[in-house]
This record gives sequence, C-alpha cells and structure tokens, in this order.
Amino acid sequence: MKYLTEFRDGAIARKLADEICHTVTRPWKIMEVCGGQTHSIIRHGIDQLLPPSLQLVHGPGCPVCVTPLELIDRALAIAALPNVIFCSFGDMLRVPGSEKDLFRVKSEGGDVRIVYSPLDAVNLARRNPTKEVVFFGVGFETTAPANAMAVHLAKKEGLRNFSVLVSHVLVPPAIEAIMQSPANQVQAFLAAGHVCSVMGYWQYPPLAARYRVPIVVTGFEPLDLLEGIRRAVRQLEAGRAEVENAYARVVTFEGNRPAQELLSQVFEVTDRAWRGIGVIPQSGWRLSPAYREFDAELRFQVTGIHTHESPLCRAGDVLRGAIKPTDCSAFGKECDPRHPLGATMVSSEGACAAYYNYGRFISADELAHA
Amino acid sequence: MCLAVPGRVEEIYEGFGSRMAKVNFGGVVKEVCLAYVPEITVGEYTIVHVGFAISRIDEAEAKLTLDTFRELGMLDEEFATEEQHFERAAASPPAECDSSSCQTEK
Amino acid sequence: MPDRPDFSGWSCPLPLRDYPNIVIGHGGGGKLSAELVEHLFLPAFRNTALADLGDAALVEVPSGRLAFSTDSFVVRPLFFPGGSIGDLAVNGTVNDLAVSGARPLFLSAGFILEEGFPLADLARIVECMAAAARNAGVAIATGDTKVVEKGHGDGCYINTAGIGVRIDGIEIGPSLARPGDAILVSGFIGDHGMAIMSVREGLEFETVIESDCAPLHEMTAAIFQAAGAAVHAMRDPTRGGLGSTLNEIAQASKVGIAIDEIALPVRAEVQSACDLLGLDPVYVANEGKLVAVVEAAAAPMVLEVMRRHPKGRDAAIVGRVTAEHAGLVVARTGLGANRVIPMQIGEQLPRIC
Repeated sequence: MKYLTEFRDGAIARKLADEICHTVTRPWKIMEVCGGQTHSIIRHGIDQLLPPSLQLVHGPGCPVCVTPLELIDRALAIAALPNVIFCSFGDMLRVPGSEKDLFRVKSEGGDVRIVYSPLDAVNLARRNPTKEVVFFGVGFETTAPANAMAVHLAKKEGLRNFSVLVSHVLVPPAIEAIMQSPANQVQAFLAAGHVCSVMGYWQYPPLAARYRVPIVVTGFEPLDLLEGIRRAVRQLEAGRAEVENAYARVVTFEGNRPAQELLSQVFEVTDRAWRGIGVIPQSGWRLSPAYREFDAELRFQVTGIHTHESPLCRAGDVLRGAIKPTDCSAFGKECDPRHPLGATMVSSEGACAAYYNYGRFISADELAHA
Repeated sequence: MCLAVPGRVEEIYEGFGSRMAKVNFGGVVKEVCLAYVPEITVGEYTIVHVGFAISRIDEAEAKLTLDTFRELGMLDEEFATEEQHFERAAASPPAECDSSSCQTEK
Repeated sequence: MPDRPDFSGWSCPLPLRDYPNIVIGHGGGGKLSAELVEHLFLPAFRNTALADLGDAALVEVPSGRLAFSTDSFVVRPLFFPGGSIGDLAVNGTVNDLAVSGARPLFLSAGFILEEGFPLADLARIVECMAAAARNAGVAIATGDTKVVEKGHGDGCYINTAGIGVRIDGIEIGPSLARPGDAILVSGFIGDHGMAIMSVREGLEFETVIESDCAPLHEMTAAIFQAAGAAVHAMRDPTRGGLGSTLNEIAQASKVGIAIDEIALPVRAEVQSACDLLGLDPVYVANEGKLVAVVEAAAAPMVLEVMRRHPKGRDAAIVGRVTAEHAGLVVARTGLGANRVIPMQIGEQLPRIC
C-alpha cells in the first residue's frame, strides 16, 4: 500500500534506531499517547531496537479503555432492550462491563451489530424506521468528525429513530493531567498523529512551555515512530522543550478546518471521568444543545445498573503508564482476551491486548535472544 | 480508534447528501466520505478513518521525509573503512544497534 | 457455474421442477427424498457404490492403514469468489486425508437443509461437489439428507467424512517436528479468509480476491514420493490460519518455531485488506494450502516439488524448528526485532468454513 509500506522499511528503521542509540547519553522516559502507536511499537518490536536507557511509557490513548465502567454498563443495558439495534465498532464486543459484555448480550438475543463506520448505523436507522438504532460513539478527536457527521445527517434527515451514546475524550487535557500528577516521570510526548490531523497541533506549544516537555507529532508506522522518538531524544539531550511535527505529510498546524467547524457545532466541551484516572476537567465532548435530542443517555432511561470494578484489574495503572501490562499479576492468568478483566485487554488500542497478542508474556530478554 | 489508512482517490461522486469517493487502498476499493477534504481531487492520496477522509496526504512532504531517511547514515557510509564496509555486507541484518549503550549483544 | 441448474444431462428431472424449494418431505425418507437422491445426487455423483443405494456403501480399499477424517461446513455465504460450500466440503476432507499421508478414496456427504432452501442453489452446490470429487479422484459413496423447519437452519450445512489409505513408509504427525527442520508453506496465505471477508464486509476489491480452495492430494503424494521419511509433519492451515497451525505443531512436538516474516508469502491485496481491517494474515483462514515440516537437507527439494504443482507456484521456506523457546512460535519482524505469534484466542472471523 503506497504511503504505508515504504514507512515499514527494515533497513531504514535500523538506521534510525542507530541514530537514536548514538544520541542517547542518559536515561529518558517518553510517552506515546495513542494506543494505535503502542500496538505498532509492540507489533514491530520497535522497543527492542532502542537502548535500554530509553523507556517508552504507554499512554491512555485508548478511548474504549478510558470509557467509565458505568457508561459501559449503560450501553449494555440499552443494547439488551427490545426494539433496539445497538451498533458499535468491532473491538467493543468483548469489553467487559460489571456483569457481561456485548457478545453475551448478543447471544442472549440483543440485536448488536458491528459497523465499520458510523454512517452504517445511520443507514440502519433509515432502513429500520420502526426500530431504535443506537450508535456507541467512542473515540478521541480522530473519530469525532465521523460521529459528528452521523448525528448531523440524522438531524438533517429528521431520523427520529437514531441516537448516539457519546464517549468522546480529548488528548491535550490528558497530557496535562499526566504532567500534573505528582508521580509523573514522563519527560517527552509523542503526540497522536491522527488526532492531530483533525485538530492540528496549535494546542501543544502552551503545554510544551508550561511543563517543559518536548512534544513531537508522530505517525504510526515504524519509520514514523522511530523518527518521532529520534526528534524527542534530540530535544531532550539538548535541553529543548518544543513542539515538532514529524508527520508532516498528514498533519498541519491548523488541522482540518471543515472538521473542526462541524465539531464545534455538534459537540461542546465537558468534564469527563476517565476510567482508571478519575475526572479530568474539560476533557470530553458531549452533544451540544442543538443536537441533544440524539443523546442516547437521555433517550433511554435505564435503571438498575450496579457498577463494580474487578478488584484484580490494574487497567488504570496501565493507562497512566505507571506499570506495564506484564507487571500486573493477573496478566495472562485470570485475564486474557477471552476472559478480560478490563478493557485494556480487548480493545484494539489497549496496551494489555498489544502485549498479549504479540506475545509479550515471555521476557524481553528471552525474546531478544530467540 | 486511530486506525487510519492511506488510499488513492479514484472516483468522486455525490451520495448520502455529501461528496463521496471510491478510494483504492493498495488494491482494495472502498467507498469513503469526502466531506472533510473538499479540496481533494482524483489521483491524490488521503488518510481514511472509519469511512471518512480526514486529511490529504502531502506527497511532496512524504517524498522529503523518505529522502531524508534514505540519506541517514550515508555520510557514515562515505567515510567508513573498507573493513567496515565488508563487515556490514557480510553480517545478516542485526536487530541490535552497535552503540555501547544498547541492550543486546551482537 | 450455471445460474439455473442444467438438468439436461440428468435422468428424468421432471419431478424436481415441481418443487422449486426444499420442503420438509425431502428429508423424510419417503418419495420426495428418493426423488432427490435419484434425480439430483445420483446423477451428479455418478458412482457404483452410491448407485446401489444400500444403507451403507460397500467399497473396495487397498490393504494398509486406513485414514479416516470428518469435517462439517457451515460457511456463510454459501457462494463466494473462488468457490462454494460444496467445494469446501469435498476439498476440506480430501486435504485432511492427504496431509495425513493418505491417498483419499471415498467420501460421505450429509446434508442438513432448511425448509425453503432453493433447489437451484442445492443443485449448484451438488454440482460443485461432483466436480471437486472428480478433480480429487474420490467418489462420494454414501450420503444422507435431513430437512429442518424454516428458521432452524441456515440454508445448507454439509458434513463430509472421508477414508483413504496410508501411503507406505510414511510416518508423520504434529508431534514429530525436530529442531533443525525447515518449515515450508505451499503458497499465499490468507486468501480464503479475505475472499469471505470481501463479500461479508462489502469490501470492493479491485482485483477480486478468490478463495484458494483446492485439493492438495497430488502435491502431497509428490512430496512423499520425493522426500519420504524426511517429511516429519504436514498440516493444512484452515481456521485460525498459519499461526494456529504452527502453534499446534510447536506444542505437540515440544519445540520452538522461528519464522521470518519477510519470507511469508502474502498477496499484496490480501495484505492491504488486512491492514485496512486491522487483521493479521498469519491468522486468516486458508483452504488450499499446506504447511510441511521437513529435514533441513530435504527442504530445497520439497520446495521444488511444491513449485512444480500449479497450486504451489508461490511456495516458500518460511522458517525453522528450534530447540529454543519450546512451545512458542517467534517471528522475526521486518525490522529485525522479534515478536511471538501466540495461539489465537477466539474467532477472528466466524463461519469461515
């Protein structure tokens, strides 16, 4: 695939890794924000090419993982309602609520459908006028424009039977929350490239200045990630704290204007609870008053939800970068993708899932000498 | 979900009350909504996420980035000794880097 | 494949035309069932064992150890690019016998049909099975048909069981892989799974991805003839893909397996489709591929034998068996780093075969 395959070139990757090795003189901790970046790192083994003094800390960039358990339970209750067609992206199917998951709801008779795009859900609403079609709108800023368009079209066409369960979270407040935490050890950030393709990176210079951290807008393929790391390391070694764009073929400073415009119409900023982290002020989006009628949380009053977290699950610590998935005692034992204790083990962007699916349950040492 | 993939715009038309396109991802063609990249034309490349084009790929930037990557280490190459050239050619691609701060031994 | 069944070569198709769809009676063992056998199955499968129409088929088999295999087919959709449930039903069992070191001889075919299933579709499936059986040199010697009420089935399910006779001097099994052995794959992986995906997900593929459904008995026979005891294990990686099969071998043989990702043969469009959907080709189903574990010295020769076969043009040596990390499959990525290919949990794609 053009503009994908070239950025996986092994020889160039090793050259970039060499550069990084030659630049590093001290230990550093760099956080990659996006779960997609975490997956790519583990999948290709990028961390194995880096010097041991350079630690990659996995960030909370998994919107499914940070969706509050209470909202997951609410989604499951709605999906179980008769006359509801519940639509979500594929990896939501096995995200555990307090009692069950969407897969169980489906096997118990709930009409749960996997969709590739929110537009598919709008289509279902058009084709099933007597049913209530609910779309689980989970995501960062990357996914928000798609969800916004779905709601916007529904309003335009007067689709009364369409609604969205919104769980949108924003990256810059998360970076701030991480930097403000007293336990924080992160010294630089690889910003999420596709989030920035929508939002631009004009929000980052104040953060870089306030917290004295380099922030490098980074893509997802091996060469993009290594280049992002290389630039971050170069800044760290030189004592700089600036914003750089290492994904310039896709990201511009202003970002996507048409998308931002519709986003500001359809959504408004709100405080959000991040599972495992707590409430981060002004860190999420909810439907604006003009679109509030499409809010599934208001449309479906579901009661009798008893939310309780698994005492063994340490997803919160993983999401904050405090531990690696393999540090959790339940990893690979009580918790695996078939019987997950938390969302990080099943989401396509969860760090635990990345570690499990790419076999990081053997030690890095064993792996390096395999 | 941040999974977004680059594809080539093959055909543009109206649909769903919006500008739509057939986008070719390395041989796989899918329908994509172009509402957010109104300026894109047939033959150009775009990044697509959950059925929506969210950015136009700047091909000049892409080329610049790849050229920069390819030039990396070329200065080293020029000044390397004959012995180093031979060593590099003979060795199977190493996963480990050769700096003393690296974790794995050769 | 004709859109409407061509009954011209069959005897007396008239009774079938009265019933455009399957009805409960077709599974009842009475006149309707008999007509289905006489006017659909018999003419299509055309062999003496079947024609006797006994409760059991009486067949002659050469002396030697018998291999015996069964598989059920519940694929959705029934017809897909490159094949149908009928092709899978025959080739799937033929291949299970072939990779067990046997020459496939006879198949049984059990149908569970849903009331209302179009007869034209059944005829298409049966014709596919007949052609596949002829191609594989096997006879469908016995069968059964049951019909379930509408809503209680899914159109058509098929079970096939097969017998074959073990080729002399062949001792192979999943537990016989040894450190130092080479691992070969007979061609592009992931074609079947992505062919199914392409019609399920509504992905338009510029180049149509076809299922690789095919019989492998000739290729396996040629491999055994050429390499004999140098072949230690052989499997056909269907559900769960190459990754699952390699894990099974690693665990059964208590050895490690080291794979070179760059050596894995994957069609460009299949790789693109996998990238698009976030799938790994290593876990995607195949229906016409085999994995062979052979002594290192014999590997180049076995590769040559595979490549000479029309279905093995893209065969490749993809890795080796090692004494390290017993029970684990480790792949060297394009970057030269290592990642484990674990046993997959759950179904990447349900109802694939």
